[in-house]
Amino acid sequence: MKKFLPLIIFAILVIVPLMGLSTYTMHLLILVLTWSVIGMAWNILGGYTGQVSFGHAAFFGMGAYTSGMLYLHFGISAWWGLPVSIVVLTALSLIIGYICLRLRGAYFALATLALGEICRVTAENLVKITGGNMGILINERTWVEKTWFFYIILLIAAATYILIRIVIGSKLGYCFVAIREDQDAAESLGIDTTFYKTISLCLSGVLTGIAGAFYMNYMGYIDPSIVFPLFDISIVVVMVVMIGGAATFWGPVIGSIIMVFLAEVIRSLPYIGAAHQTIFGIILILIIIFLPNGIVAGNFFKFLTPWKMKWRQKKASL
Amino acid sequence: MAQLELFFQTLISGFLLGGLYALIALGMALIMGVMRVINLAHGDLMMVAMYIAYGLFIFLGIDPYVSVFIAAPTLFLFGAGVQKFLLTPVMKVESILPHNQVILTVGLAMVLSNLATVLFTGNYRSVPVKYASSAWYLTDIWKDSPIELSLSMPWTLSFVIAVIITIALWLFLSKTDTGKSIRATAQDFDASLLMGVNVNRMRMLTFGIGSALVACAGCLFVPIYYLYPSLGRQFTNVGFVITVIGGMGSTNGAVIGGLILGIFESMTASYIGMGWAPVGRFAVFVAVLVFLPGGIVSILRKWRLGK
Repeated sequence: MKKFLPLIIFAILVIVPLMGLSTYTMHLLILVLTWSVIGMAWNILGGYTGQVSFGHAAFFGMGAYTSGMLYLHFGISAWWGLPVSIVVLTALSLIIGYICLRLRGAYFALATLALGEICRVTAENLVKITGGNMGILINERTWVEKTWFFYIILLIAAATYILIRIVIGSKLGYCFVAIREDQDAAESLGIDTTFYKTISLCLSGVLTGIAGAFYMNYMGYIDPSIVFPLFDISIVVVMVVMIGGAATFWGPVIGSIIMVFLAEVIRSLPYIGAAHQTIFGIILILIIIFLPNGIVAGNFFKFLTPWKMKWRQKKASL
Repeated sequence: MAQLELFFQTLISGFLLGGLYALIALGMALIMGVMRVINLAHGDLMMVAMYIAYGLFIFLGIDPYVSVFIAAPTLFLFGAGVQKFLLTPVMKVESILPHNQVILTVGLAMVLSNLATVLFTGNYRSVPVKYASSAWYLTDIWKDSPIELSLSMPWTLSFVIAVIITIALWLFLSKTDTGKSIRATAQDFDASLLMGVNVNRMRMLTFGIGSALVACAGCLFVPIYYLYPSLGRQFTNVGFVITVIGGMGSTNGAVIGGLILGIFESMTASYIGMGWAPVGRFAVFVAVLVFLPGGIVSILRKWRLGK
């Protein structure tokens, strides 16, 4: 049963648009899937490789701007941004990796944070290329209906999930986890840590960039404060993964479901709505203190552990 | 001649800005050194102090420079409380993700800046002090100087007070027992624990002092800057860029790094364009990371070894 769970969920999601849900619900589902992709991408770098990044907005925004600028300057469909952003994001990840991956721990986090801000300020100032704070608007939308957008992001999410499963199950994944657990030990065992960290960063960056390119096509309008913000993207990704569970396959998905719906509910409340970031901040603090490994990681049912242990011992003795 | 005047004007205003930046970075470097945690809520603590100074001026008519004595102790208590009730418990929590404490300070920053938006609205405000637009000129002092420089009065005053606070901090850290214990904790945590330093108390004190320092910087910025709820992020960036330039957790490096960044930023602003000043800031940051990963402190150490 557990083995087929991803397939079952995928099948259910394929049927969902046929059920005639309202446009708003479809929009929320698309957002959930987009955030799942970004969360899973962040999880490769942060959860498995242990390099916490505060700058994923840079990758997201870069993906969005790649497809936006293709439309703006070359007049071709913004959908070309999906394949092109793979190339662009690989290049960007290599540059960022060259600069940041020589740093360890909290300094890496800071460097990525700074690079995210650099991207935002650059996009604001290069008015001729990016349109500055005016942003980029796609005049002719591909579809008005949400159905096809939903299927496309569903495919991207499924592909991301499969890719991560394959990567984490392979030697590559074990190298990532080894680096997370102890970088010096990993290095002394002959793992080229910089090389593997760069691969991890590239994977993470490219997947986030594809999500960004999709976002450009879906929303039809971007500006630097929408796709490069620190709190609304970089930090929310960290929260998505932390709530769901770092270094788990389903954590980012669960986390993004909770975060998207929570954000919608809190924002629609009459007086508290304006203070949604306060509530997010408090939730973040509470998670770090009480649920550091997320819902999926199992600490949620901490009170069950003694029984679980007994059961395991029984099973082992049999 | 006009070129030269512009250059010196930029240099001096950068120097004054750098002195204030140094004060922000000092607190961050102290916290960084003792706890190995980058406090990403640093700028937001400064924002809180600025709003305290603003409120005191509007309702009680207290001068922003005097409100240093009110804002700094308040923020000291707040910072110590944050360390005691939030950061210390998190240290014991076991988790897959590293840097839990850093992420926690991000949460704190979100709460503070959003609460300020809710309470004070997002409007830009400034404190209308009487001396805000007064200035002094180089020709006032030196009658036949070849070039003319003008300096704003509040900028100069803020800079002088920042220097006094920095010297006071230096005396505290190098002469008193408590200061020495703080430095010992920063140097070697386990050794100082074995030597009988109350490490947890030192952590609380350090976070408190760091917050108080940034509160001072906030009050000094009030007469010369405007305030708005999300200004914290900008100064957090400034703080950690300087900490990296100076060398992680080094107070000497923070002062030099602050001056360098101030001068560099005002150079970018006057020669390339106002909007690019933040880019200049990060360009220095990246350059330091690539070419001088140990920061300025590593150069200082090299010279000392050379002797």
